[in-house]
Amino acid sequence: MGIALAAAPAQRKLARDEWIARVAVVALALWLLVAVALPLWALLSKSFQNRDGVFVGLLNYATYFSSPALFSSFWNSIMVAVIATTITLPGAFVYAYALTRSSMKAKGLFTALAQIPILAPSLLPAIALIYLFGNQGLLRSFLFGQSIYGPLGIVIAEAFYTFPHALLILVTALNTSDARLYESAAALGAWPRRIFFTVTLPGARYGILSAALVVFTLVMTDFGAPKVIGGRFNVLATDVYKQVVGQQNFQIGAVVAMMLLFPAILSFAAERFVRRKQMAQLTAQAVPLVPKPNRQSDWFFFGVCTLIIIPIVGILLTAAWASFIRFWPYNLTMGLGNYNFSRFETAGWLPYWNSLRMAGWTALIGTALIFGGAYLLEKTKGLPFVRSIVQLFAMLPLAVPGLVLGISYIFFFNHPANPLVFLYGTLAILVINTIAHFYTVSHLTATTALKQLDNEFEAVSASLHAPFYRTFWKVTVPVCLPAILDIAVYMFVNAMTTVSAVIFLWVPSTRVASIAVVYMDDAGWQGAAAAMAMMIVYTSATLKLVHVLVARILDRRTQAWRRR
Amino acid sequence: MTVKPVSSYLQVENVWKLFGTFAALKDVSFDVHIGEFVCLLGPSGCGKTTLLRIVMGLETQTRGRILREGGDISGLPPADRDFGIVFQSYALFPNLTVFDNVAYGLHSRKMHGAQIRDRVEELLTLIGMPDAGRKYPAQLSGGQQQRVALARALAPSPSLLLLDEPLSALDARLRVRLRHEVRSLQRRLRVTTILVTHDQEEALTMADHIVVMNQGVIEQIGTPMEIYRDPRTAFVADFVGEMNFLDGQLVAPGRVRVGGAELQCMLTDGLGDHATVRICFRPEDVDVRASGAGTVNAMPVEITAVDFLGSFYRATLRPTTADAAEVRADVPIHLQRELDIAPGRMITVSLPSDRIRVFARD
Repeated sequence: MGIALAAAPAQRKLARDEWIARVAVVALALWLLVAVALPLWALLSKSFQNRDGVFVGLLNYATYFSSPALFSSFWNSIMVAVIATTITLPGAFVYAYALTRSSMKAKGLFTALAQIPILAPSLLPAIALIYLFGNQGLLRSFLFGQSIYGPLGIVIAEAFYTFPHALLILVTALNTSDARLYESAAALGAWPRRIFFTVTLPGARYGILSAALVVFTLVMTDFGAPKVIGGRFNVLATDVYKQVVGQQNFQIGAVVAMMLLFPAILSFAAERFVRRKQMAQLTAQAVPLVPKPNRQSDWFFFGVCTLIIIPIVGILLTAAWASFIRFWPYNLTMGLGNYNFSRFETAGWLPYWNSLRMAGWTALIGTALIFGGAYLLEKTKGLPFVRSIVQLFAMLPLAVPGLVLGISYIFFFNHPANPLVFLYGTLAILVINTIAHFYTVSHLTATTALKQLDNEFEAVSASLHAPFYRTFWKVTVPVCLPAILDIAVYMFVNAMTTVSAVIFLWVPSTRVASIAVVYMDDAGWQGAAAAMAMMIVYTSATLKLVHVLVARILDRRTQAWRRR
Repeated sequence: MTVKPVSSYLQVENVWKLFGTFAALKDVSFDVHIGEFVCLLGPSGCGKTTLLRIVMGLETQTRGRILREGGDISGLPPADRDFGIVFQSYALFPNLTVFDNVAYGLHSRKMHGAQIRDRVEELLTLIGMPDAGRKYPAQLSGGQQQRVALARALAPSPSLLLLDEPLSALDARLRVRLRHEVRSLQRRLRVTTILVTHDQEEALTMADHIVVMNQGVIEQIGTPMEIYRDPRTAFVADFVGEMNFLDGQLVAPGRVRVGGAELQCMLTDGLGDHATVRICFRPEDVDVRASGAGTVNAMPVEITAVDFLGSFYRATLRPTTADAAEVRADVPIHLQRELDIAPGRMITVSLPSDRIRVFARD
C-alpha cells in the first residue's frame, strides 16, 4: 500500500483565485517579517555587538548587570508594576462585579466613564497629578511631605491608565459564568458569601490572573507616566530612552530593551496559557446569569463604584481644567492661551495635525491589512508553513513593548545597508510601527468575528463559480462590519495616544501630539502639555462617540438580516 | 474497471485519502449514472463527507481518480467542475436576500439582469417559495432555508448536485417532508445527485442506489431493497434497519446450531465446515403465528416484554428450549390483539429460512 500510494499522489490545479490567495499570504508574511520579526532580530543582535558592530557575546549584558545604577531600574520597574497591579486589580474586580452581578443603577454611565483612561496617553494622569500634588499642587498637604515625583506618582498614574484594561478582562471573565452553577449552589442551600468563594471566585480566577498579568506588563513597559512624574526614580522604560536618545549608547540601550522585552514575553506567554483555560470553562450550553435586584447590595455597589470612578473622572477634569488655566499657579483665570501652541514651540499645531494624519492612515491601512490578513489565514487554504509563520508573527507584537519595537525600528530601518532606509524620518515609518505594535489585538478581534461565519461560504462560492474575493466583498466584509469598525477605532485611538511606540522614530517634521506633550512638559510648559494631551482626549472621545452612533445606525439598518 | 458503461456520469476510481498515517478512504470506487440519486450512507467518521469533498474538489485525494463522462477531473479546481453543493449548515449568505443568494452563482455565468430575474423566479417557484425573494435567510424557517440553499445550488444548472447531510439539522417531521420534496425535485430536473447521510431511513427512501461505507471502505453498493433485504456484511445488516443477531456454529451446509436449537438457513456458501457464525434476521421477519410441529425453524419462546411503538408492537422473546439470547419480533397491532401477545405468555415462533442471513464470525 505504501509503495503504491507513493507512486502517484494526485495533484489538483489551482484556480486563479487560489493563486491570488497564496500570493497574498506570502505578501502578508513578508510584511510581518519586515514590520515585526527583522527589527526584533536587529535589536537582539545589537545587544550582542560592540559599537563597531563586532560580536562580543554577553559583554554588554555583563556591563549592564555589574552597573548598579543601571540594574537598579530593573527592580524599580518590577516594584512599581507589582504595587500598581495590587492597587488596580481589587478596584477593577469590584467594579466589574458590580457591572456584571448587581442590578445597580447607571451601569451604562459607569461603563462609559471607566473607558476614559483609554482615550488619553499615560502622560495625562501624570500631568494632572503634578497639578494636584506637585511642588505647587492644590492638594499637596494630603501627601504629608511625601513627593509625588517618583514611585508614588507613577503608581497612581498607572492605576488610572491600566484600570479599563483590567476591567475589560474581568467583566468578560465574570460574564462567562454559567447561571446553572449558581442555581445549583443556591438549591444546595449555600449562602451568598459561600457561593462567592466557591463559585464566583474560582470561576473568575483565570480572568483575575490574566488581568493581573496584563496590568503588570502595561506598567512595566509604560514610558509616558514615569517620563513625566518619575523624577529621579529610574525605571527600565526611561532608561532605554536615556541610553539611546541621551547618551547615544545603542548597545546598552539594546540590552535594557531586552530586559524590558523578557518579562513582557514571559507574562505574555503566561497570559495566553491562562486565557485558554478561561475559554475552556465556557461550554456551549452555558446559561447566562441575570442578576436579581437587591436594594441593599445594589446601593452598596453603587457607592463603591462612585468612589472608584471619582478619582478617574477627577484626574481627567484636572487635566482639562489645567489646560484652560492662564498661568499656574499665579494666574488662575480661564482662557484658551495654552491651546495657542505656537507660543510654546515653533511647530505650533503641526504635531496635532501629524497625529491626525498618522492615526488616520494607521486606522485605514491597518484595518485593511489586519482584517484582510486574518481573513486569508482563517478562510483560505494552502501553504501551511507560511501560514504558521504568519500566525506566529501576528501574535508576537502583543508581547513586544512599544519602546522595544521603536528601538528595534531604529536599528533595522536606520541601518545604512537596509534598502528601506528611505522610510526613516517619514510619517510612513510611524504608521508602519503603530500598525505593527497594535497588530495582535486587532488580529484577534478580526479572527473572532471571522470564526463566527459559516466555514462553507468559500466552498459554496467556489461551487457557484465566484472567486473568494467576490464573496469577501459581498458577504464577509458587510457581515463583519461591526468588528471592522471596532478595529479601525482601536487603531485610531491607540495611534493618537501612543508615546512609547513613536518616541524614537519622529523627526521635527513628523512630531506627533503625544511627543509634543512630552517635550512641552520637559520644557516646563505644563499648561500647554495638558492642552495638547486634552486635544488627544477630545479627538479620541469624538471618534468613540461617532463610532457608537455609526454602530447604532448600522445595527438598525442590518436588523432585517441579523435578526434571529 | 476496464469496461465503462456509457451511461456512467461520474466514476470514483480507487480513491485513497490519507491524513498523515490515518486512512480516511481506502480504495473507494463507485459509479453514478446520469439522472441517478446516489446516497453515501455510513456512521460519522466513515469517510463519506471526505469523499463528497473530494468529488467537489474541496479536498484532493491522495491517490485515485475522479472521472466525469470518462474524463479525469481530479486536477480541476471546484469552480471548474460544474457541480452544485448544499451543506448541512446551508451556508446561506446572511446579508443577502433570498433573491441575491439564489442569483449569486448566476452573476459568475455572465447572465444579464432580466435573465437572472427569470431564472431566480423560476427556481423560487420550483421550491414553492415564489414570494420569498425579498426576505433574508434569518427570517426563514430551517426548512425554507434548506430549500433556498437547494435553489442556489441548482440555479447555475449544475451537472451534478452534491448534498452534504442537508436535512440533518431539521426536526423529524420536516425532515420526512423535505425528503419527498427533494426527491421529487430531483426527479423532475433529472439532475444527477449524490447525497451524504448517516440516516439510513433517509437513504432507503430517497436513493436509487446506496453506497454503504464504514471506516473508509465501501461495505456494499445496491438499491435500497437490496441493501435492506440482502445485506452483504454484518455491518450493513446492523447499520441498516433493525436486526437480531445470534451467535452459532455451522453444523452442515444450510444448518446452523444456535444455543440448543438447529436452524435451517440458506446461503451459507463460502463458510467452512463447522465455522463459527453469526446469524441475523429482522424483527419483522419473525413469524409469531407459527403453529403445528411441521413449521420450519419453529421455536417455543416466552414473551418477556412488549413495547408499543405506535403502528406495531416490538416483543422481546426468550427461547425456552434453546439456550440462545433474546430476540425481538415486530408484531402488527391486529396480530397482537388476535394472538394476545403479552409478557409472560408462551408462544411458538418461526424464522423463515430464506430470511436468515449467515455471516462468518471472527
